[in-house]
Amino acid sequence: VNHRGETTLDASNELLSGWCRTAPSRARVLRPTDAAEVKAALDDSPVRGVIARGLGRSYGDPAQNAGGDVIDMTRMSGLLALDLERGLVRASAGTSIDDLLRWLVPLGWFVPVTPGTRFVTVGGAIGSDIHGKGHHKDGTWGAHVHAMTIQLPSGEVRTLTPGDTPEEFWATIGGFGLTGIVLDATFDLIPIETSLMAVDTERIDDLDRLMARMSEGDEAYRYSVAWLDCQARGASLGRGVLTRGDHARLDELPAKRRARPLRYKPEIVAGAPPWVPNGLTNHTTFGLFNEVWFRKAPRSHHGLESIPAFWHPLDAVRNWNRMYGSNGFLQYQFVVPFEESDVVRTAVEQVSDTRIPSFLSVLKYFGPANPAPMSFPREGWTLTVDAPIGNPELPAVLDRLDERVVEAGGSIYLAKDSRLRPELVPALCPRLDEWRAVRDRMDPDRVLRSDLSRRLRLVNP
Amino acid sequence: MNDAFGSPQSVLVLGGTSDIAVATVERLVADRCRTVVLAGRDRAGLDTVAKRLRDAGATTVDVVEFDGTRTETHEAFVQDVFARHGDLDVVLLAFGVLGDQERAERDPTEAVRIGMVNYVGAMSVAVPVARRLREQGHGTLVVLSSVAGERARRSNFVYGSSKAGLDAFSQGLADSLVGSGARVLVVRPGFVTTKMTEGMEPAPLSTSADAVADAVVAGLRSNATTIWVPATLRYVMSVLRHVPRVIFRKLPV
Repeated sequence: VNHRGETTLDASNELLSGWCRTAPSRARVLRPTDAAEVKAALDDSPVRGVIARGLGRSYGDPAQNAGGDVIDMTRMSGLLALDLERGLVRASAGTSIDDLLRWLVPLGWFVPVTPGTRFVTVGGAIGSDIHGKGHHKDGTWGAHVHAMTIQLPSGEVRTLTPGDTPEEFWATIGGFGLTGIVLDATFDLIPIETSLMAVDTERIDDLDRLMARMSEGDEAYRYSVAWLDCQARGASLGRGVLTRGDHARLDELPAKRRARPLRYKPEIVAGAPPWVPNGLTNHTTFGLFNEVWFRKAPRSHHGLESIPAFWHPLDAVRNWNRMYGSNGFLQYQFVVPFEESDVVRTAVEQVSDTRIPSFLSVLKYFGPANPAPMSFPREGWTLTVDAPIGNPELPAVLDRLDERVVEAGGSIYLAKDSRLRPELVPALCPRLDEWRAVRDRMDPDRVLRSDLSRRLRLVNP
Repeated sequence: MNDAFGSPQSVLVLGGTSDIAVATVERLVADRCRTVVLAGRDRAGLDTVAKRLRDAGATTVDVVEFDGTRTETHEAFVQDVFARHGDLDVVLLAFGVLGDQERAERDPTEAVRIGMVNYVGAMSVAVPVARRLREQGHGTLVVLSSVAGERARRSNFVYGSSKAGLDAFSQGLADSLVGSGARVLVVRPGFVTTKMTEGMEPAPLSTSADAVADAVVAGLRSNATTIWVPATLRYVMSVLRHVPRVIFRKLPV
């Protein structure tokens, strides 16, 4: 029997999957409310190990642990210290970006990085070393962390900083939660004058022009991302809508909004129904959606947008992942060096040619990498494609793209992965062994494990 | 671990020389599967299959002695295989005998042999396999049942009754595993042209080992609990099950 006996912690057996609802597995879920309970959960851990989980927004399987324990960190939420002079905050690992924005935006501060959803935790942001539209200027989440408190499986609690413990610190940034359980982190904030974004939107008719436009102009903007219509073919291949912007200054607001410039009211306007038939998300419906999305975008426009509209449009629909039906979906993201932009074109062509229905594909260019050995973002073009499970050609199309990415010296975002061949991991992560050595030092008994680490053999057996 | 497409990385085959099993594993190895454990009695036959799988790209191919009728060895066998290979994403229960119906009607030892292999032996090994899958929190037990188990036929009711027992057991086992992360996929082929049925006259809607293997791989990718091969047999059988017996026993099936 794998499991230890009674525990005072709230615990239940659950089938867990990632946000894409694929490859579910059963684990015992523990819900600690403080550091002592996290330590208790790690003491005497089961044979099949332990992994921490936040809000379950990872697309694939990094926050599930078949047959073992999963520590749900969401009950450890809150600010432990706030320095409004320097813009520094110390928050518990289970604190969500949603909470941070609700608390901090009215005070004139913004999180250093936010992905396309605000329902991610501080711990998850560290484990996946998340990025957002500002990567070319601001880097990843990890680049803004000044210190973190981490519970090691041995029982030891350590404070990691890039200055004093660089190896352990950077192995934890983007380390899939496999180096220890982050209890809290101190990170910097961005000062804002208003809660609005000043945004330039442009509709661009093909991929070459889009990439040229981004290469020239992105440096002038703090935030930049392009949505691609991967359904479009022929001369329209890779057409897209480029949105770039920054936090609006007070003097950019219309007079009547200046009275309450930091008002922030994110809303959830709808929920996906609990059951959606498979196949609703097909080439026709997505083709239509993408067509409308492209057409409704102005040819060129400057305006103000709210934080939720600019950053988190999908969060307005609760459980939008259910729209893909019970088969689930996947998200595939790769990065290739700028001079290998052909790989982006190939990927867009492949998705378009094989009529894989993709909803909101995203193109961005990344700035330089940080020192974390397993962090995904590095200088180059990054393309993100969503696809429902079910298209018979999808597995082979992605396998071929993997090869192209390896040849181009690029990488694949493993924290989002759900189907990569493990043989390719060493080529995609040239610093894998360096990371493994530090990881093994922090967790010599290999207590920390996840379905991702098993599937991709991230941890030495 | 299974990936998002339901492609396994490791498989244990009970009855590793079965034509259906070989065809299935060849497909899995062509995809993501790198670890294969072939279990059975025919060492030479298993070695031949093992070589083919290694050539096809499997990195770990283990050949293990396994006898479906030696139920006293099953618990230790399963423990040993899982201990040496870690997680197994798919366990394919593919051993079985057709037996000699005519002889079984005269000779109880033949009837018992058929029941021992197809039902008792299969059940005996499925119990510890299911426990291991439950413990690892994921994985699929694929059980090769048969449409012959859906309704006993005059021409092969001894074989049919053994598959009926196995099928009923597997369905119950599947229900017991709901919520465990593990599942059971029951496969009900019709007449399959293999070495098991060599020399027999193919029944209507007969199929091939390759077709069954394709269906198993598709079943692993879906959330199916029971599949028929060919798929139309599902509807044919649901009619045949309700045909009055006086008529059914005269049907040329």
